[in-house]
Amino acid sequence: MNVKRHPPYRRPMTGWWKRDPFFMRYMLRETTAFAVAAYAIVLCVGVVRLAQGEAAWNGWLQALRSPLSLLLHLVLLIAFVIHAYSWFQIMPKTLPMIKMGGEQVSAGAIQRTGWSAAAIATVLVLALAAWWQS
Amino acid sequence: MSETITKSIVIEVMRYRPEQESEPVWERFTVPYTDDMSVLQGLQAIKDDQDGSLSFRWSCRMAICGSCGMMINGKPMLSCQTFLRDFAPGPIRVEALAHLPIERDLVVSVEPFVKKLESVKPYIIPKEPRALAQGEYLQTPEELERIEQYSSCINCMLCYAACPQFGIDPEFTGPGVLALLHRYNADSRDGGQAERMEVLNAQDGVWSCTAVGYCSEVCPKGVDPARAVNQNKMNSATDYFKRFLLPGSKRGGKP
Repeated sequence: MNVKRHPPYRRPMTGWWKRDPFFMRYMLRETTAFAVAAYAIVLCVGVVRLAQGEAAWNGWLQALRSPLSLLLHLVLLIAFVIHAYSWFQIMPKTLPMIKMGGEQVSAGAIQRTGWSAAAIATVLVLALAAWWQS
Repeated sequence: MSETITKSIVIEVMRYRPEQESEPVWERFTVPYTDDMSVLQGLQAIKDDQDGSLSFRWSCRMAICGSCGMMINGKPMLSCQTFLRDFAPGPIRVEALAHLPIERDLVVSVEPFVKKLESVKPYIIPKEPRALAQGEYLQTPEELERIEQYSSCINCMLCYAACPQFGIDPEFTGPGVLALLHRYNADSRDGGQAERMEVLNAQDGVWSCTAVGYCSEVCPKGVDPARAVNQNKMNSATDYFKRFLLPGSKRGGKP
Protein backbone atom coordinates (compact mmCIF):
# COMPACT_ATOMS: atom_id res chain seq x y z
CA MET A 1 0.00 0.00 0.00
CA ASN A 2 1.22 3.46 -0.85
CA VAL A 3 0.96 5.82 2.12
CA LYS A 4 1.79 9.49 1.65
CA ARG A 5 4.25 10.57 4.34
CA HIS A 6 3.78 14.14 5.53
CA PRO A 7 6.87 16.15 6.37
CA PRO A 8 7.25 16.53 10.17
CA TYR A 9 5.82 19.73 11.66
CA ARG A 10 8.31 22.25 13.04
CA ARG A 11 7.02 24.57 15.72
CA PRO A 12 8.00 28.25 15.52
CA MET A 13 10.52 29.63 18.04
CA THR A 14 8.81 33.02 18.39
CA GLY A 15 9.02 34.30 21.97
CA TRP A 16 10.93 31.19 23.12
CA TRP A 17 12.63 33.01 25.98
CA LYS A 18 9.28 33.81 27.61
CA ARG A 19 8.27 30.14 27.81
CA ASP A 20 10.25 29.25 30.93
CA PRO A 21 11.63 31.29 33.88
CA PHE A 22 14.98 29.54 33.30
CA PHE A 23 15.19 31.10 29.81
CA MET A 24 14.25 34.50 31.22
CA ARG A 25 17.14 34.28 33.71
CA TYR A 26 19.43 33.28 30.85
CA MET A 27 18.32 36.30 28.81
CA LEU A 28 18.90 38.51 31.86
CA ARG A 29 22.48 37.19 32.03
CA GLU A 30 22.99 37.92 28.33
CA THR A 31 21.35 41.35 28.52
CA THR A 32 23.42 42.49 31.49
CA ALA A 33 26.50 41.90 29.31
CA PHE A 34 25.52 45.21 27.65
CA ALA A 35 26.06 46.92 31.03
CA VAL A 36 29.59 45.51 31.10
CA ALA A 37 30.17 46.89 27.59
CA ALA A 38 28.62 50.25 28.58
CA TYR A 39 30.97 50.60 31.55
CA ALA A 40 33.94 49.66 29.38
CA ILE A 41 32.94 52.56 27.08
CA VAL A 42 32.71 54.93 30.09
CA LEU A 43 36.26 53.93 31.10
CA CYS A 44 37.56 54.23 27.50
CA VAL A 45 36.14 57.76 27.31
CA GLY A 46 38.14 58.49 30.49
CA VAL A 47 41.35 57.29 28.85
CA VAL A 48 40.68 59.45 25.76
CA ARG A 49 39.93 62.49 27.97
CA LEU A 50 43.13 61.86 29.93
CA ALA A 51 45.13 61.93 26.69
CA GLN A 52 43.49 65.26 25.80
CA GLY A 53 44.95 67.02 28.83
CA GLU A 54 44.20 68.06 32.42
CA ALA A 55 41.13 70.18 31.66
CA ALA A 56 39.48 67.42 29.66
CA TRP A 57 40.28 64.87 32.39
CA ASN A 58 38.84 67.10 35.12
CA GLY A 59 35.74 67.65 32.96
CA TRP A 60 35.27 63.88 32.72
CA LEU A 61 35.68 63.51 36.49
CA GLN A 62 33.11 66.27 36.97
CA ALA A 63 30.68 64.55 34.61
CA LEU A 64 31.02 61.34 36.64
CA ARG A 65 29.78 63.21 39.72
CA SER A 66 26.55 64.41 38.08
CA PRO A 67 23.26 62.93 39.41
CA LEU A 68 22.58 61.30 36.02
CA SER A 69 26.00 59.64 36.07
CA LEU A 70 25.51 58.44 39.65
CA LEU A 71 22.15 56.94 38.67
CA LEU A 72 23.75 55.29 35.64
CA HIS A 73 26.49 53.85 37.87
CA LEU A 74 23.91 52.49 40.30
CA VAL A 75 22.05 50.76 37.44
CA LEU A 76 25.34 49.43 36.04
CA LEU A 77 26.38 48.14 39.48
CA ILE A 78 23.11 46.21 39.86
CA ALA A 79 23.52 44.80 36.33
CA PHE A 80 27.14 43.82 37.13
CA VAL A 81 26.08 41.96 40.28
CA ILE A 82 23.35 40.07 38.34
CA HIS A 83 25.86 39.30 35.58
CA ALA A 84 28.48 38.06 38.04
CA TYR A 85 25.91 35.97 39.93
CA SER A 86 24.64 34.29 36.77
CA TRP A 87 28.17 33.57 35.56
CA PHE A 88 29.21 32.06 38.88
CA GLN A 89 26.06 29.91 38.64
CA ILE A 90 27.19 28.48 35.29
CA MET A 91 30.93 28.40 36.14
CA PRO A 92 30.98 24.80 37.51
CA LYS A 93 29.68 23.66 34.10
CA THR A 94 32.68 25.13 32.31
CA LEU A 95 35.33 23.33 34.35
CA PRO A 96 36.63 19.77 34.18
CA MET A 97 36.36 17.56 37.26
CA ILE A 98 38.53 19.05 40.00
CA LYS A 99 39.65 16.83 42.89
CA MET A 100 40.96 17.95 46.25
CA GLY A 101 41.99 15.47 48.92
CA GLY A 102 40.50 12.63 46.87
CA GLU A 103 37.07 14.29 46.79
CA GLN A 104 35.43 15.97 43.83
CA VAL A 105 35.08 19.72 44.37
CA SER A 106 31.35 20.56 44.48
CA ALA A 107 29.58 23.11 42.28
CA GLY A 108 28.82 25.15 45.43
CA ALA A 109 32.52 25.30 46.37
CA ILE A 110 33.43 26.49 42.85
CA GLN A 111 30.76 29.20 43.04
CA ARG A 112 31.95 30.30 46.50
CA THR A 113 35.52 30.51 45.18
CA GLY A 114 34.28 32.73 42.34
CA TRP A 115 32.48 35.05 44.76
CA SER A 116 35.51 35.15 47.07
CA ALA A 117 37.81 36.10 44.18
CA ALA A 118 35.37 38.84 43.11
CA ALA A 119 35.13 40.14 46.71
CA ILE A 120 38.93 40.18 47.14
CA ALA A 121 39.39 41.99 43.79
CA THR A 122 36.74 44.58 44.77
CA VAL A 123 38.37 45.24 48.16
CA LEU A 124 41.81 45.54 46.53
CA VAL A 125 40.56 48.03 43.93
CA LEU A 126 38.74 50.10 46.59
CA ALA A 127 41.84 50.05 48.85
CA LEU A 128 44.02 51.10 45.92
CA ALA A 129 41.63 53.95 45.09
CA ALA A 130 41.54 55.10 48.74
CA TRP A 131 45.33 54.99 48.96
CA TRP A 132 45.67 56.96 45.71
CA GLN A 133 43.18 59.60 46.92
CA SER A 134 45.01 60.16 50.21
CA MET B 1 -5.76 -5.19 46.14
CA SER B 2 -6.16 -2.46 43.57
CA GLU B 3 -7.16 1.05 44.63
CA THR B 4 -10.71 2.19 43.78
CA ILE B 5 -10.67 5.00 41.24
CA THR B 6 -12.57 7.95 42.62
CA LYS B 7 -10.59 10.88 41.23
CA SER B 8 -10.21 12.25 37.76
CA ILE B 9 -7.90 14.77 36.12
CA VAL B 10 -8.13 16.74 32.90
CA ILE B 11 -5.27 16.04 30.50
CA GLU B 12 -4.88 18.47 27.61
CA VAL B 13 -2.98 16.73 24.86
CA MET B 14 -1.40 18.41 21.87
CA ARG B 15 -2.74 16.65 18.79
CA TYR B 16 -1.19 16.76 15.36
CA ARG B 17 -2.68 14.52 12.71
CA PRO B 18 -1.08 15.72 9.49
CA GLU B 19 -3.89 14.37 7.31
CA GLN B 20 -6.46 16.54 9.10
CA GLU B 21 -4.53 19.43 10.75
CA SER B 22 -2.01 21.83 9.28
CA GLU B 23 -0.74 22.69 12.76
CA PRO B 24 -1.11 21.18 16.25
CA VAL B 25 -4.32 21.68 18.26
CA TRP B 26 -5.21 20.97 21.92
CA GLU B 27 -7.69 18.30 22.94
CA ARG B 28 -9.06 17.76 26.46
CA PHE B 29 -9.62 14.38 28.04
CA THR B 30 -10.94 13.67 31.53
CA VAL B 31 -9.07 10.68 32.91
CA PRO B 32 -9.89 8.69 36.09
CA TYR B 33 -6.66 8.16 38.02
CA THR B 34 -5.12 6.65 41.12
CA ASP B 35 -2.16 8.04 43.03
CA ASP B 36 0.24 5.49 41.56
CA MET B 37 -0.54 6.41 37.93
CA SER B 38 2.10 8.06 35.78
CA VAL B 39 1.37 10.56 33.02
CA LEU B 40 2.20 7.77 30.57
CA GLN B 41 -0.47 5.58 32.17
CA GLY B 42 -2.88 8.50 31.85
CA LEU B 43 -2.17 8.63 28.12
CA GLN B 44 -2.56 4.86 27.87
CA ALA B 45 -5.95 5.17 29.60
CA ILE B 46 -6.98 7.75 26.96
CA LYS B 47 -5.79 5.45 24.18
CA ASP B 48 -7.58 2.43 25.67
CA ASP B 49 -10.90 4.02 26.57
CA GLN B 50 -11.38 7.30 24.73
CA ASP B 51 -9.36 7.74 21.55
CA GLY B 52 -7.36 4.88 20.12
CA SER B 53 -5.79 7.17 17.53
CA LEU B 54 -3.67 9.04 20.10
CA SER B 55 -0.03 8.41 19.19
CA PHE B 56 2.94 8.42 21.56
CA ARG B 57 6.06 6.36 22.20
CA TRP B 58 6.98 4.29 25.22
CA SER B 59 8.79 1.09 25.95
CA CYS B 60 10.26 0.17 29.33
CA ARG B 61 8.04 2.28 31.67
CA MET B 62 10.93 2.45 34.15
CA ALA B 63 12.98 5.50 33.02
CA ILE B 64 15.62 3.44 31.24
CA CYS B 65 14.70 3.35 27.54
CA GLY B 66 14.23 7.11 27.07
CA SER B 67 11.28 6.67 24.67
CA CYS B 68 8.50 8.49 26.51
CA GLY B 69 9.98 12.01 26.79
CA MET B 70 7.32 14.73 26.49
CA MET B 71 6.67 18.31 27.51
CA ILE B 72 4.57 18.13 30.66
CA ASN B 73 3.25 21.52 31.68
CA GLY B 74 5.98 23.05 29.53
CA LYS B 75 8.91 21.07 31.00
CA PRO B 76 10.72 18.21 29.28
CA MET B 77 10.12 15.06 31.35
CA LEU B 78 9.92 11.30 31.05
CA SER B 79 6.18 10.63 31.22
CA CYS B 80 6.73 7.23 32.87
CA GLN B 81 8.40 8.76 35.93
CA THR B 82 6.08 11.75 36.24
CA PHE B 83 2.96 11.18 38.29
CA LEU B 84 -0.53 12.53 37.68
CA ARG B 85 -1.02 13.10 41.43
CA ASP B 86 1.66 15.82 41.35
CA PHE B 87 -0.47 17.86 38.94
CA ALA B 88 -3.83 17.43 40.67
CA PRO B 89 -6.34 18.98 40.37
CA GLY B 90 -5.00 19.75 36.88
CA PRO B 91 -5.48 20.38 34.07
CA ILE B 92 -2.18 18.98 32.93
CA ARG B 93 -0.77 19.90 29.51
CA VAL B 94 1.10 17.26 27.55
CA GLU B 95 2.80 18.01 24.24
CA ALA B 96 5.51 16.63 22.00
CA LEU B 97 9.12 17.38 22.96
CA ALA B 98 9.92 21.00 22.11
CA HIS B 99 12.28 21.88 19.25
CA LEU B 100 11.93 18.47 17.62
CA PRO B 101 9.92 17.99 14.42
CA ILE B 102 6.56 16.31 15.10
CA GLU B 103 5.56 13.25 13.10
CA ARG B 104 2.19 12.77 14.77
CA ASP B 105 0.63 13.81 18.13
CA LEU B 106 3.40 13.22 20.70
CA VAL B 107 5.72 11.35 18.35
CA VAL B 108 8.77 13.34 17.24
CA SER B 109 11.22 12.56 14.49
CA VAL B 110 14.39 10.98 15.90
CA GLU B 111 16.16 10.57 12.57
CA PRO B 112 18.34 13.73 12.71
CA PHE B 113 19.32 12.85 16.29
CA VAL B 114 20.37 9.31 15.37
CA LYS B 115 22.43 10.63 12.43
CA LYS B 116 24.26 13.02 14.77
CA LEU B 117 24.77 10.21 17.26
CA GLU B 118 26.38 8.05 14.57
CA SER B 119 28.64 10.92 13.52
CA VAL B 120 30.49 10.96 16.86
CA LYS B 121 31.29 7.23 16.78
CA PRO B 122 29.77 6.49 20.19
CA TYR B 123 31.87 3.43 20.92
CA ILE B 124 35.38 2.74 22.13
CA ILE B 125 37.96 2.88 19.36
CA PRO B 126 40.92 0.96 20.81
CA LYS B 127 44.31 2.71 20.86
CA GLU B 128 46.00 -0.29 19.34
CA PRO B 129 44.83 -3.74 18.23
CA ARG B 130 44.80 -6.09 21.16
CA ALA B 131 44.82 -9.88 21.13
CA LEU B 132 42.40 -11.82 23.30
CA ALA B 133 45.34 -13.37 25.11
CA GLN B 134 46.36 -9.93 26.37
CA GLY B 135 43.24 -9.87 28.53
CA GLU B 136 40.73 -7.15 29.22
CA TYR B 137 41.29 -3.40 29.24
CA LEU B 138 41.83 -2.30 32.81
CA GLN B 139 40.66 0.99 34.21
CA THR B 140 41.34 2.60 37.58
CA PRO B 141 38.42 3.86 39.71
CA GLU B 142 39.57 7.43 38.94
CA GLU B 143 39.52 6.76 35.19
CA LEU B 144 36.03 5.31 35.51
CA GLU B 145 34.87 8.29 37.56
CA ARG B 146 35.87 10.66 34.73
CA ILE B 147 33.36 9.05 32.35
CA GLU B 148 30.77 7.37 34.56
CA GLN B 149 28.38 10.30 34.80
CA TYR B 150 28.44 10.92 31.05
CA SER B 151 27.88 7.24 30.28
CA SER B 152 24.46 7.37 31.95
CA CYS B 153 22.80 9.01 28.93
CA ILE B 154 19.66 7.15 27.77
CA ASN B 155 19.19 9.19 24.55
CA CYS B 156 15.82 10.49 25.72
CA MET B 157 16.40 13.86 24.01
CA LEU B 158 14.93 15.85 26.92
CA CYS B 159 18.09 17.98 26.76
CA TYR B 160 17.31 18.85 23.13
CA ALA B 161 13.83 19.98 24.15
CA ALA B 162 15.51 22.16 26.80
CA CYS B 163 18.04 23.72 24.43
CA PRO B 164 16.77 26.87 22.67
CA GLN B 165 19.98 26.99 20.64
CA PHE B 166 19.02 23.65 19.08
CA GLY B 167 15.50 24.99 18.49
CA ILE B 168 16.87 27.98 16.61
CA ASP B 169 19.54 25.99 14.75
CA PRO B 170 18.55 22.32 14.25
CA GLU B 171 21.99 21.66 12.75
CA PHE B 172 23.59 22.16 16.19
CA THR B 173 25.00 18.78 17.25
CA GLY B 174 23.32 19.37 20.60
CA PRO B 175 23.88 18.54 24.27
CA GLY B 176 23.15 14.79 24.36
CA VAL B 177 25.36 13.81 21.44
CA LEU B 178 28.19 16.13 22.54
CA ALA B 179 28.02 14.64 26.05
CA LEU B 180 28.38 11.17 24.54
CA LEU B 181 31.25 12.39 22.39
CA HIS B 182 32.95 13.55 25.59
CA ARG B 183 32.14 10.27 27.32
CA TYR B 184 34.21 8.35 24.72
CA ASN B 185 36.95 10.97 24.29
CA ALA B 186 37.51 11.02 28.05
CA ASP B 187 37.70 7.22 28.30
CA SER B 188 41.19 5.99 29.13
CA ARG B 189 40.72 2.96 26.86
CA ASP B 190 39.76 5.03 23.82
CA GLY B 191 42.04 6.26 21.06
CA GLY B 192 39.43 7.79 18.76
CA GLN B 193 39.60 11.43 19.87
CA ALA B 194 41.24 12.58 16.62
CA GLU B 195 38.34 11.08 14.63
CA ARG B 196 35.76 12.92 16.76
CA MET B 197 37.52 16.30 16.83
CA GLU B 198 36.03 17.39 13.51
CA VAL B 199 32.48 17.19 14.94
CA LEU B 200 33.54 18.84 18.19
CA ASN B 201 35.45 21.72 16.53
CA ALA B 202 32.81 22.47 13.89
CA GLN B 203 30.60 25.55 13.90
CA ASP B 204 27.68 23.27 14.82
CA GLY B 205 29.77 21.51 17.47
CA VAL B 206 30.61 22.86 20.93
CA TRP B 207 30.94 26.45 19.68
CA SER B 208 27.22 26.67 18.92
CA CYS B 209 26.45 26.15 22.61
CA THR B 210 25.54 29.43 24.30
CA ALA B 211 25.67 27.96 27.83
CA VAL B 212 21.98 28.26 28.68
CA GLY B 213 22.46 25.23 30.95
CA TYR B 214 18.83 24.06 31.04
CA CYS B 215 19.85 20.74 29.41
CA SER B 216 21.52 19.69 32.67
CA GLU B 217 18.51 20.78 34.73
CA VAL B 218 16.09 18.50 32.88
CA CYS B 219 18.35 15.46 32.42
CA PRO B 220 16.63 12.55 34.22
CA LYS B 221 19.95 10.75 34.69
CA GLY B 222 22.15 13.59 36.00
CA VAL B 223 24.47 13.43 33.00
CA ASP B 224 25.15 17.20 33.09
CA PRO B 225 25.53 17.65 29.31
CA ALA B 226 26.19 21.39 29.73
CA ARG B 227 29.37 20.55 31.62
CA ALA B 228 30.49 18.02 29.00
CA VAL B 229 29.92 20.53 26.20
CA ASN B 230 31.45 23.55 27.87
CA GLN B 231 34.62 21.91 29.12
CA ASN B 232 35.17 20.76 25.54
CA LYS B 233 35.33 24.37 24.35
CA MET B 234 38.70 24.43 26.12
CA ASN B 235 39.70 21.11 24.49
CA SER B 236 38.70 22.48 21.08
CA ALA B 237 40.65 25.72 21.60
CA THR B 238 43.72 23.78 22.79
CA ASP B 239 43.46 21.52 19.75
CA TYR B 240 43.26 24.56 17.44
CA PHE B 241 46.28 26.32 18.93
CA LYS B 242 48.32 23.11 18.94
CA ARG B 243 47.72 22.71 15.22
CA PHE B 244 48.24 26.45 14.63
CA LEU B 245 51.55 26.60 16.51
CA LEU B 246 52.79 23.15 15.54
CA PRO B 247 51.66 22.62 11.93
CA GLY B 248 51.59 18.94 11.09
CA SER B 249 50.85 17.92 14.68
CA LYS B 250 48.20 15.26 15.08
CA ARG B 251 44.64 16.49 15.63
CA GLY B 252 43.05 15.68 18.96
CA GLY B 253 45.88 14.21 21.00
CA LYS B 254 44.93 13.10 24.51
CA PRO B 255 45.74 15.83 27.05
